[in-house]
Amino acid sequence: MGDLITMDDLTNEEILQVLDNARRLLPVAKGEAYLPLLQGKVLGNLFFENSTRTRMSFETAMKRLGGEVLNLSSIGSSVAKGETLYDTMQMVDGYADIAVIRHPNQGAAQYSADAVEIPVLNGGDGAGNHPTQTMLDLFTIREAHGSLKDLNVMMVGDLRYGRTTHSLSHALVRFGAKITLVSPDSLRMPEEIVSDLKKHGGDINETEEMSSAIDSADVIYMTRIQKERFPDEDEYIKVAGIYKLTKDDLSGAKAEMIVMHPLPRVNELHASVDSTRHARYFQQAFNGVPTRMALLCRSLGVKIPKKVKK
Amino acid sequence: MTEMRRVTAICNGTAIDHIPSGHALQVLKMLRLDVGRSNPISMVMNAPSGKMGRKDVLKIEDRELNQEELDRLALIAPKASVAIIRNYHVAEKRTIELGSELINIVRCSFSNCITKNSREPLPHKLKIISAEPMEIRCSYCGKNQDINEIVDFII
Ligand SMILES: Nc1ncnc2c1ncn2[C@@H]1O[C@H](COP(=O)(O)OP(=O)(O)O)[C@@H](O)[C@H]1O
Ligand SMILES: [Mg+2]
Ligand SMILES: [Zn+2]
Repeated sequence: MGDLITMDDLTNEEILQVLDNARRLLPVAKGEAYLPLLQGKVLGNLFFENSTRTRMSFETAMKRLGGEVLNLSSIGSSVAKGETLYDTMQMVDGYADIAVIRHPNQGAAQYSADAVEIPVLNGGDGAGNHPTQTMLDLFTIREAHGSLKDLNVMMVGDLRYGRTTHSLSHALVRFGAKITLVSPDSLRMPEEIVSDLKKHGGDINETEEMSSAIDSADVIYMTRIQKERFPDEDEYIKVAGIYKLTKDDLSGAKAEMIVMHPLPRVNELHASVDSTRHARYFQQAFNGVPTRMALLCRSLGVKIPKKVKK
Repeated sequence: MTEMRRVTAICNGTAIDHIPSGHALQVLKMLRLDVGRSNPISMVMNAPSGKMGRKDVLKIEDRELNQEELDRLALIAPKASVAIIRNYHVAEKRTIELGSELINIVRCSFSNCITKNSREPLPHKLKIISAEPMEIRCSYCGKNQDINEIVDFII
């Protein structure tokens, strides 16, 4: 019930509720207030694939709310010895109250949720979904624009393997977004996702060219071309470095437009953007903390007080 | 007394009619009647049919297929009509139903799906997104399946 595997697990109303709660928890996330709502609870942080931000922000979120964290890394554990995901999850079911899973195989989060009683949060499954990232992205967008309604959003880069854009586009369409998908042909958004977006009434435009949509955008969401997802190196080399957003590209952009990136970045987002009013990616990375706090509370059925005192 | 006489009448068993023409062998595969020792089976392929132009027909002797087995056929022969034959007569008619989820009938074809590890014990599950046109999606990884290749992934 408290699972979060894809954005389908949350209604629009629930999304807004979580975002409201995340805002209330900001002082706790910053360490300015201590609110041990999750005291006595244990989070199983199951990372079968590398992560910096997702793993660390979940850990901070849990600890700032007074909870404890168990970390599993697949290296050296029984996973390396060939243990099935099912068996690993049975163990976690006994050791933790809630689990976050990041796994290289698509569908691993749903599979884990089916295998255990405790709530499971998808921290990224292969090229599948990454809903907690989407929630922090939505938080960032809403803080900047005041609302999620009818935005003009551009997503750039690896839309094929880039799971963050899969979950985010799905959510934004439900709030009436117009989305421009910018990618090389070989990295287009998967067909079933585009068809789903259109089915939900999404105004979707696919292009290989970035510059013409910049000036009308409310959000530019850059993504890294992920070397590790390419079956072969040659294919990667063909498209690596194809998009580069610099400060100069933004000269005609709307004043309130924000540039986001799930990070880490390589060349697609030039450091010259950092000093512009548009840059929001470091803020975005921090927003993982209050958003994940709110999501942990939701999944564990813990109420967040209306007012959090500093 | 028409098309059924293309093959001998059977005494007991199951007759599957109105299979899309050319698909009888796939139907046998889906029913797992293509391997090992099976009952006598007669097959008519590309028979003329009033309502579908051409069709295939299968007759399986001494074996009454149950509903669960028949529902597997929804993937390739959703409009097939099934008759259970007892003592040369149609004793029962069954229709094929396309449920909302296929559990342990076919496996997901996507190479990076968690269900590719054959040691993982949970059932293979695919959701029916739409019947016409047929759209089937893995319940775990969310990948759509190629309907033309689905017979290759029968469990
Ligand atoms: N004794 C039998 N042996 C083999 N097939 C039979 C026999 N009796 C009926 N069938 C087949 O069962 C199917 C349905 O029977 P039928 O009497 O034609 O019903 P309907 O009028 O609904 O078509 C047909 O494909 C028919 O050929
Ligand atoms: Mg007839
Ligand atoms: Zn799958």
